[in-house]
Amino acid sequence: MVDAIRLRDDDVHEEPAVSLDSFLDQSNATAVRIEAGEDARQLLPFLDRLSLIEIDFPVFGDGRGYSAAQILREAGYTGELRASGDVLVDQIAYLRRCGFDAFAPDSPINPRLMEEALGRYEHVYQATSDQRAAIWKRRHG
Amino acid sequence: MYQYDQYDQQMVDTRVEEFRDQVKRRLAGDLTEDQFKPLRLMNGLYLQLHAYMLRVAIPYGTLSSKQMHMLAHIARKYDRDYGHFTTRQNIQYNWIKLEEAPDLLAELASVEMHAIQTSGNCIRNISSDQFAGATADEIADPRPWAELLRQWSSFHPEFSYLPRKFKFAVIASDTDRAAMRLHDIGIQLVHNDAGELGAKFFVGGGMGRTPMIAPEIRDFVPADELISYAEACLRVYNRYGRRDNKYKARIKILVHELGKEEYTRQVEEEFAHMKGLGLDPPVAELARITEFFADPPFDRQASDDLDLSDPDFALWVDQNVSEHKQPGYAIATISLKPRGGIPGDASSAQIDLMADMAEQYSFDELRVTHSQNIVLPHVKKSDLYALWQKLDEAGLAPANLDLITDSIACPGLDYCSLANARSIPLAQKISERFADLGRQRELGELKLKISGCINACGHHHAGHIGILGVDRKGTENYQLLLGGSGAEDASLAKITGPGFTEDGVIDAIETVTDLYLAEREDGERFIDTYRRVGMDRFKEAIYG
Repeated sequence: MVDAIRLRDDDVHEEPAVSLDSFLDQSNATAVRIEAGEDARQLLPFLDRLSLIEIDFPVFGDGRGYSAAQILREAGYTGELRASGDVLVDQIAYLRRCGFDAFAPDSPINPRLMEEALGRYEHVYQATSDQRAAIWKRRHG
Repeated sequence: MYQYDQYDQQMVDTRVEEFRDQVKRRLAGDLTEDQFKPLRLMNGLYLQLHAYMLRVAIPYGTLSSKQMHMLAHIARKYDRDYGHFTTRQNIQYNWIKLEEAPDLLAELASVEMHAIQTSGNCIRNISSDQFAGATADEIADPRPWAELLRQWSSFHPEFSYLPRKFKFAVIASDTDRAAMRLHDIGIQLVHNDAGELGAKFFVGGGMGRTPMIAPEIRDFVPADELISYAEACLRVYNRYGRRDNKYKARIKILVHELGKEEYTRQVEEEFAHMKGLGLDPPVAELARITEFFADPPFDRQASDDLDLSDPDFALWVDQNVSEHKQPGYAIATISLKPRGGIPGDASSAQIDLMADMAEQYSFDELRVTHSQNIVLPHVKKSDLYALWQKLDEAGLAPANLDLITDSIACPGLDYCSLANARSIPLAQKISERFADLGRQRELGELKLKISGCINACGHHHAGHIGILGVDRKGTENYQLLLGGSGAEDASLAKITGPGFTEDGVIDAIETVTDLYLAEREDGERFIDTYRRVGMDRFKEAIYG
């Protein structure tokens, strides 16, 4: 594990993330980690007091975490949303579009490549939780 | 036809540069093949048995003469002077060099084409009715809806790492020319009681190892909720589709295991939540796209008269020409199934010629069909004879549309690393055995489909007669299936029994077609007779 890459300005959340089961048992935790197969909607009643939600990617091709992130952001979660595990530079832009703002990759990511990846596409076709204006919006105002 | 604006062009250009960078990293050794594989796949580049294969998207099978010329140019410059039109209405090139792929993509981008998402576990090229915008039997042109979906699905961040690939088809007619219900999502445009146009959703169809016909899950989705409803369908799949076994990972398995009602309930729940999120483009966007698909400037005085005194021309007209919505015009299908040929293959010269014909006779427009043929959608009847003569000179006028030699075949073991058996030589032999056009016409409509492995790229489940190549103890063996259909009467073919050698399966097909001729009643197609008399009679004839 290398240091998390954060695209947020607030302070790093120090409390370690607990598992979803533990979180649902112990109501005072403020950081939680969910595995790929777990239902992010179980967190919706508690979003106000969560500061960090970590979503694990066991392999980069397992895309369940993208939907989990979207669900959390659509529900109004504003805390840190961290992608951990098999997170590669070639997925960073899509992760960002689904609302992730921190990354804890198993292997280090080249910062230059990451910057290029995040800045590459000036426009996007869809409305997602990153709030970028979709191309249809630019066409029609 | 749709034309890119600066946004569409920029997206495609950016993708070319991104891929150029990824190829550079791969060639420099900064990316391993394992890391590179998903990246190249997302861009349609497969490593096949002998070389890289590149699949170019032809959205909803529609393209212009200029684009068609570019496909010929690419075949000439980067491949071995031919291309292969596929059952996804795309084109594949089989001999591509990795280091040249970025330049090839840049050339494609210069004519508003790309290879984005033509493979990988993402939303693939949207297919549609090859007669869209030309046939009288549709309630609207389905292609603007397909284009709306194309844009939405391109680079979709949430749905690019799905459990498995995902295919849409959009049609707008009760006559299904696109095998709509054999797609992950099939959409049929319909009117509601208020006369508004909307989408009927069928979800969970597919071929492969476990073929399924998609059940209807919603009878009407309004235009301005199309995207959010599709998102809801995809999100349920992305979250709950199986990822433990790639052969059970398609959405059809999820819909089957949950049951249609439960899957639908989950989609509706997700949809109720998504509706308020502003995911849908305004109706003005669909209207903007629709304008590009306006009718070409038809000659309103064009005559319906047709001189059929040349008997070969008359045969071609009877078989390959379909009715057009505009009086004086016709839809002409160019068969890429010459005697002894490779289904769907066309040389650069032939591709150029078809482009020229479209420019001259079809308002600059062509279509690719899922049966691996090419359509000139808007030909004036008075031009048909001149067109036919030019096609005939180029070997492009086989009069066999929908006949037994108009077969679909996957690339099979000649190219594909997944295949168990060869498909192409079998298709060629069948085409020789049944070469007599009189005999073919006597047999009438007969959809023959050949797959070289269980993945069913050759649509054998949907064949009136299907053939599945398998590997039996190291030798190629062919199973025979009967009774499938990809049309509005969709059904899945059943295996007759033990498999055959290559020649044996052709003999068996002959036995089957002989029985049909002996048993058929007035007006019955092969499939009708099969459905009436049942499998047992055919089995008996084949296996004695």
